[in-house]
Amino acid sequence: MSDHTTLITVNGKTEAHAIEPRLLLSDFLRHELGLTGTHVGCEHGVCGACTVLFDGQPVRSCLMFAVQASGHEITTVEGLAQSMDNLHPLQQAFWDAHGLQCGFCTPGILMTLLPFLAENPQPTETEVREALSGNLCRCTGYQHIVDAALLAARRMEIGN
Amino acid sequence: MKPAPFEYIAPTSLAEALTAVHKHGSDASLLAGGQSLVPVMNFRLAQPAALIDLNNIPELDYVRREGNGQPEAASGHLHIGSMTRQRTLERHPLIAQYAPLLHEAMPYIAHPQIRNRGTIGGSLAHADPAAELPVILLALDGRVQLQKSGGARWVHGRDFYTDLFTTARAEDEILTEIELPPLPPRTGVAFTEIARRHGDYALSGVAAVVTVDERGICTAVRLVYLNAGDTPISATQAAALLVGQAASEELFTAVAHTAQQEIAPTDDIHATAKYKRHLAQVLTMRVLQQAFTRAVSA
Repeated sequence: MSDHTTLITVNGKTEAHAIEPRLLLSDFLRHELGLTGTHVGCEHGVCGACTVLFDGQPVRSCLMFAVQASGHEITTVEGLAQSMDNLHPLQQAFWDAHGLQCGFCTPGILMTLLPFLAENPQPTETEVREALSGNLCRCTGYQHIVDAALLAARRMEIGN
Repeated sequence: MKPAPFEYIAPTSLAEALTAVHKHGSDASLLAGGQSLVPVMNFRLAQPAALIDLNNIPELDYVRREGNGQPEAASGHLHIGSMTRQRTLERHPLIAQYAPLLHEAMPYIAHPQIRNRGTIGGSLAHADPAAELPVILLALDGRVQLQKSGGARWVHGRDFYTDLFTTARAEDEILTEIELPPLPPRTGVAFTEIARRHGDYALSGVAAVVTVDERGICTAVRLVYLNAGDTPISATQAAALLVGQAASEELFTAVAHTAQQEIAPTDDIHATAKYKRHLAQVLTMRVLQQAFTRAVSA
């Protein structure tokens, strides 16, 4: 099937791409743009590892076609830190609170929590756990992830 | 785990979409939010030759209330465009105020990441018997508009679901609008479900809409169940036991007992049919108590 011309903004950079319609957004980010921070777990919308921001809202990038992102803004985990030694406060909180072990689920969790904390700057632990219900982690038992989210919330509140 | 090739069609108006549906017929699938269709395409359980993407049609994204702003003239019907995102409905003030049952059910639908893409029309047309929205459509006695090139028709929710994942929608039709009538005075609503984890498909769930008179006697009631058969199941015999009666523990017990016999859940890897019936019985008690309490204070 013929490629479609698209204009997609990823992490603030807008580029034209010719895309085969069946290419998933997750595969486009990883294979075409080399943004391998977006992880692919289940490919049917259950695990949350591929979560990215679509016009600022978290979505499963494995449940969208890349052509559908034309004219829209995508933010991936690579869009968070300004540089390797200057992590986003959310990333720094995960580092400090040991919010990751193998790290496979981490990008999806960060991209879920970023808009969540923007809308709920002072969440309760229950709210954090509910916000994370669409992201599977098989290492941590979630406790340190929840700690990291709450730490990030406190720091980002102070930062503002 | 990659979709098979397809022709991608992205109409920017409803008229264009209707033409495309007419042209491609059964070779095409309609892409709404894609939260159910894309997984089955990833597994290649669905391999449509063409995909008609409805996401670029702003005219299908709205929530309106008839006569809003002029209360005397208002019929109060809610009109919801089929491509309205579930997340939008979850946060919409008109839905919270005038369709509290829909508002109450929204957070049970999967996760925020899914609701950001998922649409009301997509979920209704997908006709998963374990989904929440079809149950809400029936419980609120709503109807859907089906449009095709050169015509439109309305189908009541109760007539829309014909079989497992099957609706009255023809291949050349697009579900364009959902209409919900206003709740009568002294009406209480309640929805609840049980899932193994929040956001999973529920093992059992039920919506109740109860109307009472000035003395608290039930005049009308609808009880609709998810994951209880091939379609959303309305327990009409159980509901009939309530009409003309005042609320009581004994009555609710009898209704819940009848309802669990009326539904037809099946065994699956998550639960036996027997257990699902048990859950339905327990949940029926809960929603009836809640809906009656709300009806009396409404």
